[in-house]
Amino acid sequence: MTGASSGVGGGSALLELRDVGKDYGTVVALDGITTTVRAGEVTCVLGDNGAGKSTLIKILGGVHRPDRGEVLLDGEPASFGAPREALDAGIATVYQDLAMIPLMAIWRNFFLGAEPTRGWGPFRRFDAGRARKVTRGALAEMGIDIRDPDQPVGTLSGGERQSVAIARAVHFGARVLILDEPTSALGVKQAGVVLRYVAQARDRGVGVVLITHNPHHAYPVGDRFLVLNRGRSLGSFAKADVSRDELTRLMAGGAELDQLTHELERPTS
Amino acid sequence: MQSPVFRSARGVANWMDPASTLGIMAVAVALLMIGGHFDLSAGVLTGTTALTVGIVAVEFRQNLWIAIGVALVVALAVGFFNGWLVTRTGLPSFIITLGTFLMLQGLNVGLTKLFTDTVTVGGIDDVPGYAAAEWIFASRLNIAGTEFRVAIVWWLLFTALATWVLLRTRFGNWVFATGGDEVAARNVGVPARRTTITLFMTTAAAAWFVGTTLAVRLTSVQANSGIGQELIYIVAAVIGGCLLTGGFGSAIGASLGALIFGMTQLGIPYLHWDADWFYFFLGAMLLLAVLANRLVRRYAQAARR
Repeated sequence: MTGASSGVGGGSALLELRDVGKDYGTVVALDGITTTVRAGEVTCVLGDNGAGKSTLIKILGGVHRPDRGEVLLDGEPASFGAPREALDAGIATVYQDLAMIPLMAIWRNFFLGAEPTRGWGPFRRFDAGRARKVTRGALAEMGIDIRDPDQPVGTLSGGERQSVAIARAVHFGARVLILDEPTSALGVKQAGVVLRYVAQARDRGVGVVLITHNPHHAYPVGDRFLVLNRGRSLGSFAKADVSRDELTRLMAGGAELDQLTHELERPTS
Repeated sequence: MQSPVFRSARGVANWMDPASTLGIMAVAVALLMIGGHFDLSAGVLTGTTALTVGIVAVEFRQNLWIAIGVALVVALAVGFFNGWLVTRTGLPSFIITLGTFLMLQGLNVGLTKLFTDTVTVGGIDDVPGYAAAEWIFASRLNIAGTEFRVAIVWWLLFTALATWVLLRTRFGNWVFATGGDEVAARNVGVPARRTTITLFMTTAAAAWFVGTTLAVRLTSVQANSGIGQELIYIVAAVIGGCLLTGGFGSAIGASLGALIFGMTQLGIPYLHWDADWFYFFLGAMLLLAVLANRLVRRYAQAARR
């Protein structure tokens, strides 16, 4: 059932996982995960709570090193010891609630950790004028309309925050963009807006890893689906090989869902 | 204000004096609070540095500038220790600096007694190097016929410098981010640990500056000096708009907080009120400030969904 058929979107392989595993003490959090992230494709990682999605993100984003298996970047073995190293390699992660600092202005958030400077020596300073201008431009390019880059991020809606975070990652040249549950806290309309920016990033040749527990959000935008359950892979599918219903069933653990449906049905008299 | 003396140039010089040394500390403490931490050892550290200056200069018969240098090293070491322990353990800085506060309080008295057999170090003005140190730390400037203490100039300079660093440098951006959400900041590559340690060392350096000013100005230091001041610094920073939860505030605000403190402290006697009311007003201002700060936070975090 592992339909690892290649050539959906057709880009080159940016990031590859081979038999990756991670333990927390005696608990196996992740085991035997194999998948490929290609440029210009959206790879969706699906799974219920506790499936190992966040562990996978942390390995990709450089927070944890895997205990087993290999991570290949452009075909070369890679090992990231800190988020900064992963970022420098072009792998940007947008975390669900932790993408932005709510009390800081949008432009300050946009350049956080990568502030442009001018001047020299003790007079080297944050080039605020350029930061404001570039932020406005980068957001406009992604079609995000922000009234005022000086407003604190906390005044933006959840969808706008995710969109700004995506635009930031794309602007800083992310080749792989990892999105952690970008739509989970959002209403239907807002989720749609965010998915549109995900598609935009994909069209610019970014390899997107979309982590979600919602197959209805994953299916329309995804090219490839990796389904996790209790730390193990239930298979990696190209879009052509799987339907939305199959995906939903797999995620919920197949037989378990049938059982639940049966239990919840009204007794037919 | 009803007292003409209070508004006169001499009056201004009077109430700006307590505001100045307090203000230097309040600005550093405000940076630390914006970065998400407290330093309860900041007050007693002004005493520790002043005593170090006195003991090294008088008891060890060193040039005053060597004593001042030793005190700076001591202060930076304490600041580094605070910051290192906070970032290493992830424990609240409140409890860690409470520990260093008590340890320093004990050391101040213990070591002073050990070296001088009393609880005072005196005679700092008889030491070589005093004249130059007095010029830097304790001279008076004559502006339009009124004498202002030089600490006021330093205070204004430090406020301007801190404001520039906060708003116009990368480090300033990291301070806001570390205090606003440390995990998020680290995720985008901000060196949060280094930022926190630097902030603790900055606060310690400010304590060194104020401690040296006191030692040079008074020429004798009591072993219990500086104790209790740490809360006043925090009060000044909060009156000036710093959030207790970190991530928001300003250096100018903290300076204004210190100014209000100085005006109240001297204003009450000028009005011939009982000085006992001072702490009542201070507490009331603190409560008002906290309530106002809460509104700011609510505005900034009210998401329009």
